[in-house]
Amino acid sequence: MSLEFSASEMMSVTAARALNNDMTCFVGIGLPSEAANLARLTHAPDVTLIYESGTLQTQPDVLPLSIGDGELCSSALNTVSVPEMFRYWLQGGHISVGFLGTAQVDRYANLNTTLIGDYRAPKVRLPGGGGAPEIATNAHEVFITVKHSKRTFVKDVDFITTVGFGRDGKARDGVPNIGKGPTVVITDLCILKPDPTSKELVVTSLHPGVSREQVVEATGWEIQFASDLAITPAPTEQELTVLRELKARTAAHHAGQ
Amino acid sequence: MAEFFSLNEAVSRFIHDGDTVAMEGFTHLIPFAAGHEVIRQKKRDLTLVRMTPDLIYDQLIGAGCVAKLIFSWGGNPGVGSLHRLRDAVEKGWPRPLEIFEHSHAAMACAYEAGAAGLPLAVLRGYVGSDLPKVNEQIKFIECPFSGERLAAVPSVRPDVTVIHAQKADRKGNVLIEGIVGVQKEAVLAAKRSIVTVEEIVDDLGASVNACVLPSWAITAICVAEGGAKPSYTLGYYDRSNAFYKEWDGIARDRDSFLSWLDSNVYNQGA
Repeated sequence: MSLEFSASEMMSVTAARALNNDMTCFVGIGLPSEAANLARLTHAPDVTLIYESGTLQTQPDVLPLSIGDGELCSSALNTVSVPEMFRYWLQGGHISVGFLGTAQVDRYANLNTTLIGDYRAPKVRLPGGGGAPEIATNAHEVFITVKHSKRTFVKDVDFITTVGFGRDGKARDGVPNIGKGPTVVITDLCILKPDPTSKELVVTSLHPGVSREQVVEATGWEIQFASDLAITPAPTEQELTVLRELKARTAAHHAGQ
Repeated sequence: MAEFFSLNEAVSRFIHDGDTVAMEGFTHLIPFAAGHEVIRQKKRDLTLVRMTPDLIYDQLIGAGCVAKLIFSWGGNPGVGSLHRLRDAVEKGWPRPLEIFEHSHAAMACAYEAGAAGLPLAVLRGYVGSDLPKVNEQIKFIECPFSGERLAAVPSVRPDVTVIHAQKADRKGNVLIEGIVGVQKEAVLAAKRSIVTVEEIVDDLGASVNACVLPSWAITAICVAEGGAKPSYTLGYYDRSNAFYKEWDGIARDRDSFLSWLDSNVYNQGA
């Protein structure tokens, strides 16, 4: 029997599967937070989740609306100051995965959350980098999850807030004390990974029912597909149930405030 | 030693036009009451510093108090953009806003360096980012021991830091609990400080490892019950997520913003 699920549920489940019990994950708000908590509530109960507000090993019952919700603090092993979080835990090398969302991503997995247009006269001013610039370089590797559209997947980002592999794919070459960078990008259509040599993002797996044309249409550069292109396994009933319950709990909780 | 003042008196005495002011708080314990008093007293040409300028900075910018902003993430947490900040950056309303934009790691280090009395902070940061191209405060230095290229930013040394906390005792020692953000560093980095608290108690009931700012490290303490609303004070009241969402609608339009400001700030007492 095949289950009914939305593209957005497919994305969250796939992103959650990227995490495992042995990882210490620095979690971005929004889609990464949804995926990271889904992982914790399904196959990776011991995954360590850390948010930049200072909460170590948090286990929220509902998803936080903001990075510093009380739920994150009260369910954490401990809460430390923000300077300690960035200096000791992130820069000190204790984070295995930085899990990020973004407004724009380009073919070399560079992220832009700063602005659209010119810096001094922006068309749209976005919130900015926050923790991401150093999460992307100090975490051992980076997972990115973002909805797939031509507006988001651009050939070159307007501004590199957070480096993937730079404008030429070589920004990490020869830089000491730096993580591997983005190893996977998970969207509502597919999974992309950087080519081992060029570092350009390549589609490695299509979600069930998604065509190559759909991905081409939603990507702002001439996207390549892996020769051994896979089909992403569909969500299981358990994954969908846990995700839906988490979202319902979250909606009820925030509606009451 | 900290002295006790009304909020009106503290803002009037310790925040001057043209000052560099940090009102810190990382989602939690955001000093809204103090920010509103700054708006009511029509302070001008302020340089505001904060890692996460949110609604209170949107209000200060929209009210015309701010000339410069030093920050690392300027949004409405969990909701989207700050429309008054955007209007000032994109269209210069109500006045142009100069911005110095950093990452969180750099700002956190800059406050720590300020608290430590150092002129600069060093971090392994900004690798491959375009931020150093647009912010002259970000430079790179070579480690004299390893030769590694590291980022350097000037320390943050505010004229005044304003924070909100749970409680003070009668001597003026302050306890901060929960998400403590960068508040301790921001107070110690500043020339003067104003701490608003929910209440004054006989005994702080602080554990030996609690985050306590001693009276002699603080300039002024004011009681401001509910002083962090619509953000939250752990142990006292929850965050009003509903207001954060509502703010998106209020702040999108200049007229609806000004009318909100009239009803909720100018025509309210401290």
